[in-house]
Amino acid sequence: MRLRDAARVLRSKNAGPLTVTLDLMFETRENFDRAVQSPALSAAALARAYNIPTEDVRVIPVPLALAIKVVLPRPIVAGSPGDTDVYGAQQHRPLMEIEL
Amino acid sequence: MTMLERLRARHDPKRPLVAMSASGQLGYGVIAAAFEAGVARKPDYIGADMGSVDPGPYYLGAGVMATGAERTKRDLRMLLVGARKLDVPLLLGTAGTGGASPHLDATLAMIREIAREEGLHFNLASIRADIDPELVIAAQASGGLHPLGRIPVPTPEDIRGSRIVGQMGTSGFVRALEMGADVVIAGRACDTGIFAAVPQLLGYPMGLALHMAKIIECCSLCCLPGGRDSILGHLTHEDFVLESMNPDRHATPLSVAAHVLYEQDDPFSVSEPEGKLLLRDAQYEAVDAHRTRSFGAKYEEATKFRIKIEGALRLGARAVMLAGSADPVVIEKIDEILRDVETMTRSLYPHPFQLYPRVYGRRGVPLFEGTMREAEEIFILVECVAATAEIAKGAMLSFKQYCLHHGFAGRLSTGGNIAFPITPPELDAGDAYRFSLYHLIDVDRPDDLFPVTIEQV
Repeated sequence: MRLRDAARVLRSKNAGPLTVTLDLMFETRENFDRAVQSPALSAAALARAYNIPTEDVRVIPVPLALAIKVVLPRPIVAGSPGDTDVYGAQQHRPLMEIEL
Repeated sequence: MTMLERLRARHDPKRPLVAMSASGQLGYGVIAAAFEAGVARKPDYIGADMGSVDPGPYYLGAGVMATGAERTKRDLRMLLVGARKLDVPLLLGTAGTGGASPHLDATLAMIREIAREEGLHFNLASIRADIDPELVIAAQASGGLHPLGRIPVPTPEDIRGSRIVGQMGTSGFVRALEMGADVVIAGRACDTGIFAAVPQLLGYPMGLALHMAKIIECCSLCCLPGGRDSILGHLTHEDFVLESMNPDRHATPLSVAAHVLYEQDDPFSVSEPEGKLLLRDAQYEAVDAHRTRSFGAKYEEATKFRIKIEGALRLGARAVMLAGSADPVVIEKIDEILRDVETMTRSLYPHPFQLYPRVYGRRGVPLFEGTMREAEEIFILVECVAATAEIAKGAMLSFKQYCLHHGFAGRLSTGGNIAFPITPPELDAGDAYRFSLYHLIDVDRPDDLFPVTIEQV
């Protein structure tokens, strides 16, 4: 099953200018459980998808919200010359291709 | 009697304290229907957030608002008239987007004008949030400056050249109300400061107060579907209930729990100046289809004070160039072309400048390299930063022309390598800034950083 079909929300946003966070939200407990258990959403797998070191990736399941939060350091401080996404709102695309 | 004395006299501990969040981004247009519906429910206080670090360093650095003046004044008028009609405190945080003195002064001027135009009289408190660069330099020297992530270590020159603000918590608002304020307008402030100060003064548990504040500061964004309409928070000593003032936006346990993740890097712990909000035991349950109740948030008071500071440093003037290409050879070689044209431009143009190209269709949007497939057409945005607008534009002009006609191995496109969507394709783009500071700073007496002034209008 593709993550994009299992999820209700796949979004990204800065948490301050130095950090970008990904929120993966699910409609059902079943899909949430499936995502939490999937090796495709391990820190190592997400690090491969984002082409960054594994130690840069934090994966935090939030069962009450049926959500998984992923926290990544921004490669460039938000709004500095050369930044490509000041709000960090378009960094969720690599998630679209993940198979659970 | 001061506003705070009237608030205390009116307060009935047997019924919930009602907070109204009027707007999560004052100045983009407060939705009138929901605001008026909220005022009709007679909240105990009204608050709104006016700013954020999100739009980037420009607004803080340049000292200008991200919102339009006319719309901002209209929103302020709506809130002032509403709060004065009810005779309840109006608390506004992060004046004018950036929350530094130019933003605060521009907002104060609007408030005074509105008061004059509407015949309103009240005690207006303003709280400055500007941080003296020398304080930051001293903190850095003594090991009291802590980065909140990956950011270049600021030099003393960077710090001296930056406009710096600190985020106040509840204490600035508390002091302003204790000094007799009816209306409080704060410089850079935590969203939670706006909405947790009155509960703090009335002795409510800070865990619940801060948790409620954290949610309602975004108005009805915590609802399904999310929106910008005003929202009420009904706070007791055991729980709080969220109720959107738009009947079509419903706060559900799932929508609220999900909202708590928004723009946070830690869903279970939120650090505020006076302490830490702990959300691991927070629970959400439906009151009915429209309202959700929450309880269980805890609070841990800080043992030493750390204030979050933000600094924006001007780097120079900026020009940009806009172009596209659909030639597969150009697309394949675009990095090499841009590099060679940059070298050429530098050899022709005597002044220093920095170039930052983005190639859309290759990797225009992703922050992370190697995560994008290539497209059949590309869009090229080149940003040039230099000491003056003249230099930035001059370098961009040369770059544009050489990019159009640059010869490279395998070139077929001798009529021109790129397509210009508009003319002129090179544009002045104001000033360029960067965040030089996004740090925590150790302080002994945070109140000293956020002085309160009261005036009668």
